Amino acid sequence: MSQPNQADEGITFDTFMEGVWRQNPVFVMVLGMCPVMAVTVSAINGIAMGIATTFVLVCSSFLISLIRHLVPKEVRIATYIVIIATFVTLVDYLIQAGSLALYEALGAFIQLIVVNCIILGRAEAHASKNPPLKTVVNALGMGIGFTIGLFALGGTREILGAGKLFGISLFGEHFQPWVVMVLPPGGFFVLGGWLLLFALFRNKPATEGGHTHGA
Amino acid sequence: MGHESLSQIFIGTLLTNNFVLAMFLGLCPFLGVSGRLNTAFPMGVATTFVMLVASLCAYGLNLLLGYFQLEFLRLISYIVVIASSVQLVEMVMKKYSPALFRALGIFLPLITTNCAVLAVALFQTSREYNFSQSLVFALGGGAGFTLALVLMASLRERMQLSNVPTLVQGTALSLILAGLLSLSFMGFAGLGGGE
Repeated sequence: MSQPNQADEGITFDTFMEGVWRQNPVFVMVLGMCPVMAVTVSAINGIAMGIATTFVLVCSSFLISLIRHLVPKEVRIATYIVIIATFVTLVDYLIQAGSLALYEALGAFIQLIVVNCIILGRAEAHASKNPPLKTVVNALGMGIGFTIGLFALGGTREILGAGKLFGISLFGEHFQPWVVMVLPPGGFFVLGGWLLLFALFRNKPATEGGHTHGA
Repeated sequence: MGHESLSQIFIGTLLTNNFVLAMFLGLCPFLGVSGRLNTAFPMGVATTFVMLVASLCAYGLNLLLGYFQLEFLRLISYIVVIASSVQLVEMVMKKYSPALFRALGIFLPLITTNCAVLAVALFQTSREYNFSQSLVFALGGGAGFTLALVLMASLRERMQLSNVPTLVQGTALSLILAGLLSLSFMGFAGLGGGE
């Protein structure tokens, strides 16, 4: 997906992978937590939210990158947020027209994409300093990383809390669902658990033996 | 038309539907500023103030937009109003309490991107609250946010004295704490004839 033939603009595979892995918005930067927790009661909601956010992220990054030399420094945040709000309004109406069921499930959180820290953060940290194409690649990576995070969280919570994945029952009818996982506290616990897993993964060489597995 | 009484709205947003712990709004400052009690409380108060201003303006704006049939501009105009009121708070705080201004740092301008503030404006519109209901809703939301922030900060201050495995330290620990806090707030369910 990253385009090596555009290498003259300094786009490397890392431009794309930064968001997917090294600086994953959910698991590494822990940004944009509100939609992450609130909509991830099922895998499909997580993916839908991820795609909507990716769309806004890519479009707004592209536009901000195009006008980056025109915007005075003092009013840049206000400008960015108006651009972002425009695209969010667009997505809001698109989802409403496309699938009313999804629109109801995601609720106010579609409009709340405006205040997702990732989008403004990327606008400030990347789009305002880089040419459009590179920004788009980076934003796409970030968006995909965000979607993966939402899917991981939504999937875990759906499996534990309802015994299902994408609405398909996994464990047969004798499974006793762990209801708290789809309730608000579950969101905190599952994300905490994932972060622990990542910490365990990252610290393995450094901390040797005798460690309590906190989970 | 919203039919809930004022006390119902207040208790509802303060405890049963706490913005942070039950609705996952405003988690960035919740995790970011809750390290110390003496910054957590002013942050809560500042956010509450912005919420009140935003709620007032959103109520007026909504009437105006409805009159001109420009509802599709709602989101954009709300966010502009919020951004300017945050700017106001920032200037006032910089003038009267520079120390606090420095302590809050980046999280002060980030009130703009606090979803709880925008959510107050959006929810009061979608629930069709009248003027006094909107104000109480904003006040309750702000108080709930402050409460959650202060509770969390107290927990984290105590946590610094306890022996935590290095693996769990940091964000993971905060999240698990928040989960426990959220679990205990679920005990308030049904209070105040809730929804």
